[in-house]
Amino acid sequence: MARTDVQLMLDVKAGDEQSFELLLRKYRTPLVNFLYRMVRNTAVAEDLAQEVFLRVYRARQEYAPSAKFTTWMFRIATNLALNSMRDNRHRQMEISIDQSMETGEDEQPPLEVPDRAPTVEQELVARSRAELIMKAIHSLPEKQRAAVLLHKYQEMDYDEIARVLECSESALKSLLFRAYETLRVELAPFVNHSARV
Amino acid sequence: MFGKSNNDKSGGKPCAAMDSKLVEYLDGRARPAERHAVEEHLSGCASCKTRAEEFRALWSTLDDLPEIVPSREFDVSLRTRIAAEPARRNFWDWMPSPRFAFAMTALVLLSVWLSSGPRLVKSPAQLSPAIQASKVSTEKDFGMIQDLPELENYDVISKFDALSELPGPPAASTEELQKETR
Repeated sequence: MARTDVQLMLDVKAGDEQSFELLLRKYRTPLVNFLYRMVRNTAVAEDLAQEVFLRVYRARQEYAPSAKFTTWMFRIATNLALNSMRDNRHRQMEISIDQSMETGEDEQPPLEVPDRAPTVEQELVARSRAELIMKAIHSLPEKQRAAVLLHKYQEMDYDEIARVLECSESALKSLLFRAYETLRVELAPFVNHSARV
Repeated sequence: MFGKSNNDKSGGKPCAAMDSKLVEYLDGRARPAERHAVEEHLSGCASCKTRAEEFRALWSTLDDLPEIVPSREFDVSLRTRIAAEPARRNFWDWMPSPRFAFAMTALVLLSVWLSSGPRLVKSPAQLSPAIQASKVSTEKDFGMIQDLPELENYDVISKFDALSELPGPPAASTEELQKETR
């Protein structure tokens, strides 16, 4: 039977390094993606993600399962991201499709585009769409951005997100509504209209 | 319930209190009573209904955002950083060895046991002069209270001269006692 995150972390506390490896493998990608979508820079996102794991590792002896492991981990990640953006320690290098096309650079961030043997045009359209979505998300205020990313992409419960963002559930729901309202307007030309309530 | 609805298709402000209900409703996490209230409102408010549809479409669009893959160096770099962490020492790390810790513990316990052991009784010859003197005084006091029954006899007390020896138990006083009791 697979161990829960709390059990894995308690095993890490007991000195089991393998359990830490399991947690690393499980949350490495979601964490990097969350941070990338927050700070919009792959290098910074990876650096911050490593810092999150490092802090988790450092705190292993004092670990007490008072909340879900993901709540704790994403709270660390959110705080690091917010601090990074505010401190502006890292130079913001926007990944611009337009710039890369003009300069003819081949290097792109390794995006996982669904492998349906897309044509070049389709891939360009997909990248352009992704870039616009990223830009719209990044235009949100930081707390709204974090709320949307945790709600939409991490599929966390409201109470969990509220704990990460240190606000009430009702405040969080208002936050999410305002964020989605903004994105609805920003992305109106690109929205998939096949969905129905 | 959510305020006056308007017919302006999602262009106007959302109805009051929908902002805290709509997302939860679309998530499928609303409680039955709240779900019913939202559905009732949506059936009568074109603006909010359109907004709800557009939220759903937006969520579908957001799914198009691809995931990025962490670099191959991620794990290596993390492990390097972890390896560079100073080793944490706890209390037991300061002990030279478990044997030493055991020996120290045994020594402490032995000391406690020895200090709480019974005291040896000394012979009179070994007693100090001060102790001897107090011993004599104690015996003397005991001799005095040995004669206590006489001291409780009124006839004895009334004739008692503090500076003289205590008289022996008078026979007469005993006979008188017997007479009284008859």
